[in-house]
Amino acid sequence: MEAFSALLAGFGVALQPANLLWGLVGVTLGTFVGVLPGVGPALTVAMLLPLTAKLDPTGALIMFAGIYYGAMFGGSTTTILLNTPGESASIATALEGNRMAKAGRAGPALATAAIGSFVAGSIATVLLTLVAPLVVALALKFGPAEYFALMIFAFVTVAAVLGSSTVRGLTSLFLGLLLGLAGIDSQTGQPRFAFGIPELLDGVDVVVLAVGLFAVGEALHVAAYRSRLAETLEAVRGRATMSRADWARSWPAWLRATAIGFPFGTIPAGGSEIPTFLSYAAEKKLSRHPEEFGHGAIEGVAGPEAANNAAATGVLVPLLTLGIPTSATAAILLGAFQNYGLQPGPLLFEAQSALVWGLIASLYVGNLILLILNLPLIGLWVRVLTIPRDILYAAILVFATLGAYSMHQSWVDLLMLYVFGLLGFAMRRWDIPVGPAVIGLILGPLAETQFRRALQISQGDASVFVSQPIAATFLAVTALVMVAPWAVRRLRRGG
Amino acid sequence: MIKNLLRHAVAALAISAGAALAQPSLKMMIPANPGGGWDQTGRNLAAAMQSAKLVSGVQFDNKGGAGGTIGLAQFINASKGDPNAVMIGGMVMVGGIILGKSPVNLTQVTPIARLTSEWEILVVPAASPLKSMADLVRVFKENPGKVSWGGGSAGGTDHILAGLIARAVGVEPARVNYVPFKGGGEAVAAILGGHVTVGVSGIGEFAEQVKAGKMRALAQSGPARIDNIPSLKEQGIDVELGNWRGIFGAPGLSPAQRDGLVKLVRDATETPAWKATLEKMGWTPVFLAGDDYRKFLDEDTRRVGAIIESLGLKK
Repeated sequence: MEAFSALLAGFGVALQPANLLWGLVGVTLGTFVGVLPGVGPALTVAMLLPLTAKLDPTGALIMFAGIYYGAMFGGSTTTILLNTPGESASIATALEGNRMAKAGRAGPALATAAIGSFVAGSIATVLLTLVAPLVVALALKFGPAEYFALMIFAFVTVAAVLGSSTVRGLTSLFLGLLLGLAGIDSQTGQPRFAFGIPELLDGVDVVVLAVGLFAVGEALHVAAYRSRLAETLEAVRGRATMSRADWARSWPAWLRATAIGFPFGTIPAGGSEIPTFLSYAAEKKLSRHPEEFGHGAIEGVAGPEAANNAAATGVLVPLLTLGIPTSATAAILLGAFQNYGLQPGPLLFEAQSALVWGLIASLYVGNLILLILNLPLIGLWVRVLTIPRDILYAAILVFATLGAYSMHQSWVDLLMLYVFGLLGFAMRRWDIPVGPAVIGLILGPLAETQFRRALQISQGDASVFVSQPIAATFLAVTALVMVAPWAVRRLRRGG
Repeated sequence: MIKNLLRHAVAALAISAGAALAQPSLKMMIPANPGGGWDQTGRNLAAAMQSAKLVSGVQFDNKGGAGGTIGLAQFINASKGDPNAVMIGGMVMVGGIILGKSPVNLTQVTPIARLTSEWEILVVPAASPLKSMADLVRVFKENPGKVSWGGGSAGGTDHILAGLIARAVGVEPARVNYVPFKGGGEAVAAILGGHVTVGVSGIGEFAEQVKAGKMRALAQSGPARIDNIPSLKEQGIDVELGNWRGIFGAPGLSPAQRDGLVKLVRDATETPAWKATLEKMGWTPVFLAGDDYRKFLDEDTRRVGAIIESLGLKK
């Protein structure tokens, strides 16, 4: 009940006209950037973050919630109409969504994606409201050893889940971990990997890494392989509405997907890729029209899109209560929270109750604005997609450069941006996922600090990691995740 | 309808952009994670400035760790000659620079003003078996390594206080099992969860938890009793330690630019909002500006260096 009244107070803030306006601005900008092909939510959030910096915390958070949901909505539009998923979580949507668009049913596909995202996002936000205070109570039991074990679990699952192979995932993760070491060590004050360059003493900024890997890398990739791009923009005929039959087929899928997506979001297992595919598989199995799958089944869009949004909201649970980001987007969000004076962790809900509940309330509001604003405006977003690629990516490069420079006015940041851009290009070329690198950069130093703290408290006795039940459980599960696929293969070969 | 809404949205964006250009807004580096003393100092000072309309806005950047030297490095790199950039700092940073042999230091920035001084407090979680300072001293003397002290960065005021207490009760200061956090705010969760034996930080950083009964205050480092919390001295430990905090400008400011910032900060400290903050946090105003502040910094660097040296904290 306490949470409920706190949430009501949060709504009081989020519904003020000025704040609604910021929500509107956020949704519009988020959708606009999110709709750009190849630009996923993580990049959208990274590129638009500097815009919120000058607002008061409440306005900024509300605008931010708008950007977050807008980016996801924009991404699904592009996926459906262009068949270019901006991130791995949209791949499942592309399977059926683009087929529907090809069959002239782009309107219903976009509608079920948008309304499904709204339904799933809203239910997931309710769940977040209920679950977060419970997790907070548990989180205080987490000492340095437990945090370290949990982060190791997150590392391994993220690396194993994102991308085409575990080796590729780990490669990317370790790149992030290495970059995370650069700068002054937070425990002893010693500079590491700074090579005597003063600009490197404060480490690598996550926004520079994310924008470099995602935006510059993507721009270079498009420039290099442009001739091989064979994509056609599907037209949206009529309005983005659904027939009675579409509704009847969509809503069970939305609900099932929410039930799948939210729990997956809350555990540190790489965000939304698994739940979107699980939801797709579930819908395919349960559908009364299985023959339509592969030719544009509406459940195949409704489910994954809803699962994606539910998981994206679920990711906020470990982020807000433990301060642990489990997706690339969340890693960037963590930095944003800190700029608003919010230290995610078990005490956040207590110390900054008004701001946190304001944020959660603004998630509800942002979701609603998105639905009201974007369905009628779909024609405008489609027009964004008709911008020629050359101009589009030139503009993205300019904005990426401006964004990276505006943070600290440092030429070293710019240099790093382009080096990371080249790296991002190479990683795309060899199919190495870039998400784990971003997570490694943020989570690596946190894990190191907790590791050293745990050993400091135990006076160098490493058995603390296995002698305490919570930490030991996480490490055991981690080992299982690592060994299981290999063991299963062995068994199959043997049997 | 929708077109209208969009038009309003664009207008709002344009207006806010215009306002941001017309009046200079301040960029404030807080070289600690949110929730600690520097964060409280910076954000409350900014609120005081805004309450008197001295600035149009303040943009914060929290960058914690290593006694604030990571944030200091970023501040030096990013804001050279920027008259609208400020950074919070204090005695913890002086210690952090010395202990970490930091490649950056406070002579590279422009001292604006010393703001506050705060006494330190020792706390344990409510469920701790340690009921008094005497209990703590007893277990500490039995096995110094078993008692973990959680506080801000290594070499900072919190660490120094732990060392001074150790020396006062006859334990070798270098044997203090000190666990540094990026500011008192980050330490709160570890203390409440019982993951460190005792927490050390500014009174204001633990005040709410003590008031709520979640932490028990064992002692504070002032000269006399504060809010019914006994001082170290009255419990037979001859240690008194205050923690000062101040504000700095960017490297390479002209005298006029520096004086502009001094005036801004002085005006802010005279607002009712700032005075209310001092009252609420239990901070003592120790305003000292410009050259006097620079002189004080030099002296304090020597003083803190000598303490760290004598405690053998430097490895």
